[in-house]
Amino acid sequence: MDRRTLARQLSAIENGEMQVDSFTDGDVIAITGPPGVGKSCIVDAILHRLAPAKNIAVLAVDPTSPLSGGALLGDRIRLSVLDDKSKSDSIYVRSVATRSSSGSIPSIIRDLASHLLSNSFDLVIIETVGAGQAEMRCAAIANRIVVVEGPARGDGIQAEKAGLLELADLIVVNKADLDGSDKVVNDLTVSLGLTSDAPPIIKTSTITGEGLDDLSKLITNLEERNSSKRARCRQQLLMAHESILTTNPHFEAILDRMSEEGLALDEALRELNE
Amino acid sequence: MGGRQRIVIAKPGLDGHDRGAKVVARALRDGGHEVIYTGLRRTPEQIVRTVMDEDARFVGLSSLSGAHSHLFPKICNLLKESGLNDVVVFGGGIIPESDRPPLYSAGVRAIFGPGTPSTEILEFVEEASTRDCGVGSENGWFWGE
Repeated sequence: MDRRTLARQLSAIENGEMQVDSFTDGDVIAITGPPGVGKSCIVDAILHRLAPAKNIAVLAVDPTSPLSGGALLGDRIRLSVLDDKSKSDSIYVRSVATRSSSGSIPSIIRDLASHLLSNSFDLVIIETVGAGQAEMRCAAIANRIVVVEGPARGDGIQAEKAGLLELADLIVVNKADLDGSDKVVNDLTVSLGLTSDAPPIIKTSTITGEGLDDLSKLITNLEERNSSKRARCRQQLLMAHESILTTNPHFEAILDRMSEEGLALDEALRELNE
Repeated sequence: MGGRQRIVIAKPGLDGHDRGAKVVARALRDGGHEVIYTGLRRTPEQIVRTVMDEDARFVGLSSLSGAHSHLFPKICNLLKESGLNDVVVFGGGIIPESDRPPLYSAGVRAIFGPGTPSTEILEFVEEASTRDCGVGSENGWFWGE
């Protein structure tokens, strides 16, 4: 399929004008982590190393404004690999806004990823909205999760807190060129060392290039960890449930009535369930 | 059809000033549109590839370097060659009045200079989305004609 047709079909799926009937299983990796930690640069580094040997699609998610419904999608700016003509033909990058979804990726991403996998892409990389501790929606779709961390993001207790880190199949401590990254690696190693199947931790810098070759090799050989199976299923259920709510034809009208006419929450829920 | 549009805002050529492009991107975002910003110093080929992959309906080109008379028509032609005839092209930056007629002939549908209220750009997007005014359209309409 030519790129234009593919792009059009993805829009149709996103706008609810085209249904994805059967899901195609395949390699879907989520890159997640806090805002500004270097997710887009890490994606760029991976693309530089895996293309053109692999056909790779990137779904880069940025947040929709809760006020205007608009979005500024700026992940492409970091993707210098697109300037390399020997690689760019085997890469497809699509910016996706979260629209009405509440998580770090919109539920429609599952359909978009499936459609890409059924159209000759070997690997789909999902770059989530900047997300910190409790946001695990990407687990619903990706079969492997890479969490990107950076230096100077808090003391050792941060590494002990439960949440996203527990679902990571690989942890990347980026910005290794800055002070403090060794301490973060150490804190994470100590914390995760207490669990039975701790994910690998790798230190990278997209400025010096440190660790990026190793990262790309690790990514292609990552094993899915069984301990997170139940958590993944939970996220799938939550995502599907939310999608039923936000795709309700009365959703926006009821939002308007709540904010403008003081429609009560329990009343709104009752109307949505009718 | 009005409503939410996907709009690429691009900076073609050797031009390091992106304040204007960012202000326009922000205004379109606040107007409820999805804006894909390309960053600085893009080639016409990169911009057209971005428009295609992102399935954007509009592309806004910002130029303050004086190269608009070369770059804008080149992008319009590449869009047409790539079959993206329904994409609406608009431009902004430092573009003298005398340079504008050839740009309109090439398929640019609006040119916004310094001082343009952001509401005017939103009005243009609204109006253009209801017209047959893609870059490949023979319709000679342009904003403010």
